Amino acid sequence: MKRILVAAITLLFVLTACQQVDFQSQPPVIDTGSLSEQWAVVPAGEFLQGQFKKEVMIDQAFEIMVTPVTNAQYAEYLNEAVAAGAVQLNGSQVEGYYPGDPFAGARHEEEFKAGNYIHIPLDDAFLRLAYDGTSFSALPAWENHPMTVVSWFGAKSYCEFYGWRLPTELEWEKAARGTDGRAYPWGEEIARNNANFYFSRDPFEDMATFGSRTTPVGLFNGSTYNGYTTLNSASPYGVYDMAGNVWQWTADVYGSQHYRYMRGGSKDMYENNLRVWSRNNATPTFTSPGTGFRCVRDTE
Amino acid sequence: MQWLSKRYQFLFRSTKGLILVAIAFAALISAFFGLLSGPMADYGVKDVVVRALNIDLDPAEREGRLIILYHTLAMITIAVEVYMITDLLKMKDSQRLSINSTITVGYLMVMFGGLPFAYWGHNWVLHGIYIAGLSLIFFAGLLLLVALWPWQKEYRLSTNEYAHTRKGYDLERIAFFMVALTTMISAIFGAVPGSFFGNGFEVFLAENVVREPHKTALDLSIIGHLHIMLALIAIMCALIIGRWMDFKGVWQKIAMPLYIVGAFVLSLGTWLVVSFEEIAHFIIYGGSTVAMLGALFLVIDSWRKIIRSGLDEKGIKKGNFFQGVAALVRDPVRFGPTWQMVFMNFTVSGVGIFTAVKLDEIFRQWQFMDERSILTGHWHILATLTATILLLYYADLAGLKGKVRKWFGWAVIIFSNVAFAAVTIYEMRRLFISEGEQQPLINRAVLAGDIGVIVLLLALAALMAWRLSDLFKKKGRWSEETDHRLEKKEEVQQ
Repeated sequence: MKRILVAAITLLFVLTACQQVDFQSQPPVIDTGSLSEQWAVVPAGEFLQGQFKKEVMIDQAFEIMVTPVTNAQYAEYLNEAVAAGAVQLNGSQVEGYYPGDPFAGARHEEEFKAGNYIHIPLDDAFLRLAYDGTSFSALPAWENHPMTVVSWFGAKSYCEFYGWRLPTELEWEKAARGTDGRAYPWGEEIARNNANFYFSRDPFEDMATFGSRTTPVGLFNGSTYNGYTTLNSASPYGVYDMAGNVWQWTADVYGSQHYRYMRGGSKDMYENNLRVWSRNNATPTFTSPGTGFRCVRDTE
Repeated sequence: MQWLSKRYQFLFRSTKGLILVAIAFAALISAFFGLLSGPMADYGVKDVVVRALNIDLDPAEREGRLIILYHTLAMITIAVEVYMITDLLKMKDSQRLSINSTITVGYLMVMFGGLPFAYWGHNWVLHGIYIAGLSLIFFAGLLLLVALWPWQKEYRLSTNEYAHTRKGYDLERIAFFMVALTTMISAIFGAVPGSFFGNGFEVFLAENVVREPHKTALDLSIIGHLHIMLALIAIMCALIIGRWMDFKGVWQKIAMPLYIVGAFVLSLGTWLVVSFEEIAHFIIYGGSTVAMLGALFLVIDSWRKIIRSGLDEKGIKKGNFFQGVAALVRDPVRFGPTWQMVFMNFTVSGVGIFTAVKLDEIFRQWQFMDERSILTGHWHILATLTATILLLYYADLAGLKGKVRKWFGWAVIIFSNVAFAAVTIYEMRRLFISEGEQQPLINRAVLAGDIGVIVLLLALAALMAWRLSDLFKKKGRWSEETDHRLEKKEEVQQ
């Protein structure tokens, strides 16, 4: 009995340890349409904010991208921004100028003075962009996936290059849940085909090997793709991917801390982290294959 | 009727019966609520259970549910420790009876009020029962303090083998009293903010607010509370194991003042978190180091004793290293509790100290979710390792013998160690692997963790099944254990 047990455990470890994992294997190609070019209007007014539904006022209406910025959109931006001198290539990274944060010297606070900061690391294996020495392009099959491995500086710079901005946390949350205090953009309960989260069993994940990966933006729109049926998971204002897929950088710079906040949960999070009030944070230079962003703009 | 009455006498009036009932409830709760998370959620078991049992998992109330679940398990663990204390230490029978009955009713009310309230909708009568249960447990703590009062002449020691004051007052009893007293005060640090947040139903998990630069006094009070309660439960557990091992001699004489001072300083540090957060951390480090030294001396003394008795059994006067190790590990149930204390240093204390020292340099460079993973793993491991120590002690009390004793003991030690080592690797994974390439490591860690926890639960289930089947025998072990008492220091004056 003892021998069988030891042998079984050893075998399991050997089997899992020997498996070669191709982290760069091609994802399925799914066309989700032109949602990534669209904007949704979020009206001014009160909404129920946070887990405990506090009434909060948003004074100005604004427009928000219907989906996160995609790899294709970011590659196009980089080509324009490099040409315009808004960002620079420096060794293995793209970087740009930031005027600095106010610094209070609080406990654990890190100072970010005026200077150049990383936007994207070009040597990160999970960056889904290619650079051939003259121009950037999205890797094949990843064009309509959310742009990831981008720092807060890189996200901010993208939005500002086009005259837009990152959403504040409040704006992001109102766009995600509307005014009725719901827990998820589509309602109160989450099913596996509502969003891309950890063990959500979408066609892009393989938990036995490379794990959970990004899905094309706007995938969860109620359509069926290659036999995989999604639920329409738009927020009350018609905004997609506000839960799961990638964490999304927000604009706020708070006093006494250097952390920037992300909202929405990601492909690597269990569903409870997809609740609209869930927050993640990191230093503004942090990049990850699970973090992206979208922009907002003021209504005309 | 007599059949039932006799078993009731065993289960609810005897120490061993009370411990058995409490452990059985903890096992059932762990097994059932384990279906709602981890791999059971990943593979869809959770969805089936939630639908079949009509469980109400309101997303906005997740933190509240978890807090009630954690408190329920903590109250059961505290009850087990109290049953052990009231029998291991001299006190009047009337005191023992009133303490045990109060805390039993208390944790049953917490369990049968709190869990249905949290998971099956909100009947406010159930919430009231839950709160009343917590209050009863607090009251049982007050009764315990009175019973443990160490400066009673009749409890003075008549031997020089144990630590005592010049007047003969038992330092071990003072240590039990100190830990009980600081536990009671620390409970208030949870109860006050708990009442405040509970009134508005604004709950939070401490691990979610660690990076907030501005925490209110009530936030800090909650954070201090959960840290100190787990630490004090662990220190009380070490004291109980010391009593079981008949900790005495020079190591015990050094250890007892360390426990007393360590428990007080550590508690003081966590209380001071509320108003002097920065200084408080240094006080906490000081207190925990002193208390851990006490536990180290227990380990040294108990291992020396286990090795000596093992060598004596084999008629070896002075064994070599390998004979010593063989003697040390020959009885896993006796060796296990102190080994788990040593193992705790690798998976809890060591990780905690490393994280604190390298916080800004490493861990605050990660995204918050990765840091949170360490915090959650940290206290889960501490709590569960403490539970395995108590479980091994109960295995001895329950009368496990021979091969079954060895199998049970080694199953608990090996598989809990495998599980917690795996959880430690999982929680610290960002040190070894990038986010994009983490899945294979996670798969291996989760597999090892799941195997460890499953075998641990199976061993526990087997022990419970054996004791349950025993209850159906007319002259089972239960009938002998109804009047059993745990061993005490016989050198106490009467």
